[in-house]
Amino acid sequence: MNYLLRRLAVFPLVMLGVSIFVFVAIRLVPGDAITAMLGTEAGMLTPAQREALTVYFGLDQNWFVQYFRWLGGLLQGDLGISITYGQPVLDLILERFPLTLQLALMSMVIALAIGLPAGVYAATRANRPSDLIVRIFAMMGQSMPNFVVALLSIYILSVGFGVLPTMGRQVTFSENPLGNLAQMILPAFALGTAFAAAVTRITRAAMLDILSEDYVRTARSQGFSQGYVIWRHALPNALIPVLTLSGVEFGYLLGGAVIVEQIFALPGLGRVVLDAILERDYALVQGVILFIAFNFMLVNLLVDLAYAALDPRIRYGGKS
Amino acid sequence: MKSITHTAKTTARALALVSTALAAPLSAQTLDLAWSQDATGLDPHTQPGFATIRLLELLYEPLVRLDEGLELQPALAESWSFSDDGLQLTFQLDADAMFHDGTPVTSADVRASFDRILNEETGAIARANYTSIVNIETPDDHTVIFELDAPNAPLLNGLASVNAAVVPASAIEAGTLDTEVIGSGPFTLDARTPNASATLGAFEDWAGGDVAYDGINISVLPDETALLAALRAGQADFALINDPLVATLVPDSPGLQLNAAPTLSYYVLQLNASREPMGELALRQAIGCAIDRQDVLDAALLGEGEVTGPLTSPAYRSDPSGLFCYEQDQDRARELLAEAGHPDGFTATVIAANGEPPTASAVAQVLQSQLSEVGITLEIEMLELSVYIDRWLAADFDMAVALNGGRVDPYTMYNRYWTRDGNLQGVANYIDDTLDSLMNEGRAETDEAARAEIFANFESHLAEMSPWIWLFTGNTYTAQTEAVSGFTSSPTGTLFGLTNVTLAE
Repeated sequence: MNYLLRRLAVFPLVMLGVSIFVFVAIRLVPGDAITAMLGTEAGMLTPAQREALTVYFGLDQNWFVQYFRWLGGLLQGDLGISITYGQPVLDLILERFPLTLQLALMSMVIALAIGLPAGVYAATRANRPSDLIVRIFAMMGQSMPNFVVALLSIYILSVGFGVLPTMGRQVTFSENPLGNLAQMILPAFALGTAFAAAVTRITRAAMLDILSEDYVRTARSQGFSQGYVIWRHALPNALIPVLTLSGVEFGYLLGGAVIVEQIFALPGLGRVVLDAILERDYALVQGVILFIAFNFMLVNLLVDLAYAALDPRIRYGGKS
Repeated sequence: MKSITHTAKTTARALALVSTALAAPLSAQTLDLAWSQDATGLDPHTQPGFATIRLLELLYEPLVRLDEGLELQPALAESWSFSDDGLQLTFQLDADAMFHDGTPVTSADVRASFDRILNEETGAIARANYTSIVNIETPDDHTVIFELDAPNAPLLNGLASVNAAVVPASAIEAGTLDTEVIGSGPFTLDARTPNASATLGAFEDWAGGDVAYDGINISVLPDETALLAALRAGQADFALINDPLVATLVPDSPGLQLNAAPTLSYYVLQLNASREPMGELALRQAIGCAIDRQDVLDAALLGEGEVTGPLTSPAYRSDPSGLFCYEQDQDRARELLAEAGHPDGFTATVIAANGEPPTASAVAQVLQSQLSEVGITLEIEMLELSVYIDRWLAADFDMAVALNGGRVDPYTMYNRYWTRDGNLQGVANYIDDTLDSLMNEGRAETDEAARAEIFANFESHLAEMSPWIWLFTGNTYTAQTEAVSGFTSSPTGTLFGLTNVTLAE
């Protein structure tokens, strides 16, 4: 329990560090909201016009004032207003996050549903042709970037079949579950393939390790069936490296998948933050990055806690 | 993809039909429009972005409008006239004109709009075009008189822009122009999620006529190849395409039609005369002689465009082959280099923006290889757009590959660069008396034939002085399915032609 408390105590410090880092980094990039909005036309502004716009965008204060204003708002749960959307940053995050979460969950489910059985299957048939085929597929899957999978699937569907999932107009799951799944399955698949391949390889390697361990042999010699031993004794232990990998991957996915979101025109967090950077929408960049960092830390914490549940030998405590 | 069997196709289609039937409520006739860049704001006076203007042109109206032949047409104003001394411009407003909230458009709205544009606090982007307006009179609800400080021939064309749109005085008062749209244009903005989608409804009381369908559903598909896929799959009826490479693929798809119109914007290699050795006239001219413009166009834009001199608007454009060194002449380029004291060439850095336009890096690379043949070494520096703009505005470059916007009137297009007090003279970094005086003559001259002659002289002098090397104009592209008919493209890139479109059932 005190382990959990110590982990939680680190949260605010990391968040503070991230907030300062993002705040400075985005301002170090040349260009500001005015040039991003006006382009070369910014050169046509009279000094008075420029002055008025600078005040409007809140760029007239020095960095310290800007940062502490923003931090003050943050502590009251106010992440500021996005200049490009004219809405509170928090509202935008809450509006876009469900899509990102759904995409992350779906691609995780796809990846695990393919990867775990394939890895176990390959491990139990180690060095036979069927194992080799699985491994070749896994290599291919891991070396294919997700945007290639995305573009290929769009190409094959639109040119070959003349159909496509609806793009650009987001259907939420609550208003239309089927339509929503039809819209999300391709991007989830494109995101999930590389990860499925990684899961396959890790599961296979972990299973091979464990199948040669003493306690598995003991279980076998006591007359338990092959299937029972694999699923009941070996797999839970083999899951630990898969869990580590999945935690990291899921943390990344919660940050949005920029390229895949671009290709499928999904308004997820990845695209929001990309557009915000390009438009120099400082408040939005800061808010979204902070939110992503928070999620990443939370997922990592949950993964660490899950270790203990999976493997009784791991105990977090004061003594090693 | 011929190997796919008919059954699989039918099944996939049936599945898609089922899912779309589930996904979309049955609606009236709407046009599904897709584009890759979304509007960045809703205030017509402060937003210059290409994508933003494409949207706002469907919602707001200026006093006058340019048709596809770039001729002035009535919009909110049904007629206009200059006084004999050229110091008064009088507009009669269309009495039927109506804002989306049902209130009539009056001269008070026009005055409030121009007061707002001319107020420096607003940050109105086209303000410089209207600074000759010193006073606005409104004798009655439908008459507006602009009083000018000097005759200003380009003013009318300058008013034909959504950046000079008439907005309700009440919206200015309430300060809501950033967030909601109450225009007088053919469509109302019913819903919008920035960078995702927008829903427009046909405005029944639009004074400009009737739109033959009920509205437009806009989807933002950031990837240009996805636009093409959406057209092929029948998800979009109409798309705005920026990338010439994607545009050239459209005609290969059965049932799709590509519309191309030459643009007013021009590709140019800007030289910075304040950087050594670009201050030397002979050296700048050598660069112009060393390149083969048609070859750059063919290699970088697949030939999708036209070699051009400085003037790009149809009324003033002429065959550029008579301009200084428009045929590649490498021997002459070497002579000129020697004359400028650089017989072995020199090295310079050229900046270009990443993906803006998509062809920028290709143009820079072809120029690099052509110039290397006469000993000039170019180092290409690709920059993110905002970084590029910062460097460009600060004139912090040796050379820059640019795609600069064009205007119908040469004065409005170039006074920012080629007059002594132009806002962007510091970027152009070259000026002489001839350019300055020809520009000012062109501004005051109202006779069309005389203006054409003034600007022809301006163009040939500019090409000879070679402060920049003008290259070519590209095309503006839209693509449509067979369901759409009646759209006409315009060199300005406007989608206003959608008001004349009919949709097949």
